[in-house]
Parts: sequence; C-alpha cells; structure tokens
Amino acid sequence: MQPTRFEAPTTVADAIRLMQAEPGAKALAGGTDLLVQYRMESRRPASFIDLKRIPELVGITIDRKHMRLGAATAAAVICEHPEAKRFWPGLVEAIHLIGSAQIQGRGTVGGNLCNASPAADTTGPLIVNRARAVIVGPQGERTVNVEDVSVSPGQTVLGRGDLLVALLVPCPAPRTADAYLRLIPRTEMDIAVAGAAVSVTLDELGLCTASRVAITAVAPTVLLVPEAARALIGSHLDDEALRLAGAAASAAARPIDDKRGTNSYRRTVVGVLTRRATTIAGRRASLPM
Amino acid sequence: MTKLHIKTILNSEPVEFLCEPVETLLDALRDRLNLTGTKEGCATGDCGACSVLLNRRLVPSCLVLAAEIDGQDVLTIEGIAQGETLHPIQQKLLEHAALQCGICTPGFVVSAKALLDQNPNPTEEEARYWLAGNLCRCTGYDKIIRAVMDAAESMRSDETQ
Repeated sequence: MQPTRFEAPTTVADAIRLMQAEPGAKALAGGTDLLVQYRMESRRPASFIDLKRIPELVGITIDRKHMRLGAATAAAVICEHPEAKRFWPGLVEAIHLIGSAQIQGRGTVGGNLCNASPAADTTGPLIVNRARAVIVGPQGERTVNVEDVSVSPGQTVLGRGDLLVALLVPCPAPRTADAYLRLIPRTEMDIAVAGAAVSVTLDELGLCTASRVAITAVAPTVLLVPEAARALIGSHLDDEALRLAGAAASAAARPIDDKRGTNSYRRTVVGVLTRRATTIAGRRASLPM
Repeated sequence: MTKLHIKTILNSEPVEFLCEPVETLLDALRDRLNLTGTKEGCATGDCGACSVLLNRRLVPSCLVLAAEIDGQDVLTIEGIAQGETLHPIQQKLLEHAALQCGICTPGFVVSAKALLDQNPNPTEEEARYWLAGNLCRCTGYDKIIRAVMDAAESMRSDETQ
C-alpha cells in the first residue's frame, strides 16, 4: 500500500488539479473529522490536500450584499468576528457549539458541511440564512444552495476534483434574525439529538413576512421545512403559529432510533426546539440591529 | 518515501526537522523533538491533553499534521515557564494541589493560557466552558478552576503594579 502523501497547494487551480489527478485524494481543512476517520479506518486516502494555504479559502469578508466565509476558515475566527455575531447570531452560536475551544481552533464551517453529518450544527443556520456554497471544479465555478449540498449521511453533490471554496451568506433584510437550538444530554461537547434553526423577517408592526426553518439530526440530511415557515408567515409569531410551526417540523422529521434518542422523542423535541428558536429569532428581529 | 523538511518557530526558537507526510504534530513533538510535555490521551481530539498553541490559537496537536506547521509558530507546554520561573497558571495549579497523576496538566496549562491571553478576567462560568475540552480523571475540576481563577487574579494585579 502506498503511503499517504501531503500536498499544500497555494491556489484553487492547483488544488483542483491535485484532486482530479488522484481519485483517492482528500481535501484537508481543519482535520477534526478527517484525521479522526484516518486513524479509525484501515482505508487510507492517497493524499491529503491541505487547503489552508490558499488565500481564497481562508478569511471572512462582508460587503453590502453578503458575507463570504472562506471554506477553510477556523470556527474560532468566525466566533470572534463582531459583525458576523451581530448580523447572524444564530449561525455564530451554532459555530460556537461545535466541540471544544481546541476543536473550534481547527474545525471549519466548510468542513462541517462537506462531512455531511445529519447532526451538523452549522448547516441548519446556513440554510435558513439562504447561504450558497461556491464550488469550483474542473468544469469551472458553480453555486449550490446549502440545503442541496448533502444528499445522504457523509455524501455530498461534490464530484471528483470539486472543491468547496466559500460560503456566501446574504446580508439580512431589515428586522430579520436567526436562531439555532439543539438538544444534547450534557451542557456541551456533544452531538445534537435534534436541532432547529429559524430565520424570521418582521414588518414594522411585528407581522412575520418571511421565514425559513431547518431541522437537524432528524433525517438523513439537515432538512429545510417550508411547511413550518408557512405556519409563521402572516402571523405575529403568536402561540398558535408557534404550535403549527412546531407540529410541521415534527411531521417533517423522519429520525432514526439510536443511543442518542428514539424516533418519537426526536420528533417531539424537534417541534419544541422549533417553537423556542422561533421565539428567540422573533425577539432578535424586533430589536434594532 | 521521502520525508518532508519542516521549518517552524517552536517555543520562540527556529527549529527544523524531518517528518513523514502523514504524521501528527503530537507525534513529531514527542518522538522527533523530544518535547514530551505534550501528552497523548485519546488521539481523537476529545481530551485536550495534547493542546498546543498554533499561531497563538489553541488546537489539539493530535489533529494537526506536522507537515502543516511549516512556516508557522507553535507554543508547547515547554515554552510557557520563563526559565526556572513558572507561569502563574503553573504556580497556582501547584498551590491549589490541582493535579494528581498530571497527564492532563500540560493541556490544562496551555488551554488556560489561551483563555487568559484573550480574556484576562473570565467569569468562573466562562473558564469552565473554555476548559470543557480538557478532561481530568483524577481531581475533579474544582481545584483546577480555582487555580485558574486565582492565576487570572494574580496576573491582573501584576499588570496594574
């Protein structure tokens, strides 16, 4: 068996060439999933392609239209960004929930998305914020809505030679805010049993005019739930609207039974988390940004 | 297979070494550079025993490849005391008897230093959350937290003097 090689390209084009040339190449961002898998599995990638020396993949820029998150930007860097926290508090809280301070020093949002776990904490908040994934491959660049990136546990739409370069998160409209809640049996350092991300937009009178709801760890992929959002739009986020949105989230969930929780428990909890996250997002949206 | 030639700044000194393409920073520190203060606990990023600062950011060295640190700055437990003078965090851990077997201690020192570098006045809750990635199986955590809070206080009073 050939030993695994290490490459550290400095341009996107070189990274793609390396990944295309070698079917067993693996893109290495923070390594918090990949290097653990490497240790656990007997299968060895042909090479690791370190992405952190490519300038486009690292860093955060915010302009009038969107925030561009380099796919290999460490979680801790995003959590320290004051504007990111102000405009996308739910997304940044979700990033801050991942692992420990040590893991946040390495792990990336791009890696969280490409690892394609149904329990990925950052994917739901990206989805409700209408984030798009910028993917560059041998055929050029394309953008894919984040809800369409993962197709099943561990599997994404990325093909051979494709590289997730950045995430584009549109700047929120006035009186728009997000929130993310997850349930874990401990206070931290755990994987979601269930999670809910919600974004709402209110008008001057507090009427909800737009919303997105996504649910985590209750299906093979993080799910966008338009029915839950429809229950909120046109309401003042009153108890009845919250109840309907929670019920829609529970109905959309199709969780597995495992050691973290049973199917029925997860269904129930995801409805509760949807209601509570909606309340938080609504309160944030009604405050001056 | 040819080894990679890595040049780095390690504990404020330029260092060069050869490593395998896929070898963790933890293994390179311990087995090539004889810096055995950094400990291996789980080797999967869960326990914090191997914590180091990479470009002043707290990371688990078991989940960093040695090849990745070429041209970067690394601080390990060996770089924290000033000669024979212990860092206040080390001194306070001793004073509070906040260790028994000692395997987790270097990781706690590095992790606590990262916290106090960016937040010199943490609440106890902030310190507990920050140190949640460091596992201790001997003492329980109260003594460690008390030592870190005490170290923070003494470092702040040193600043003002």
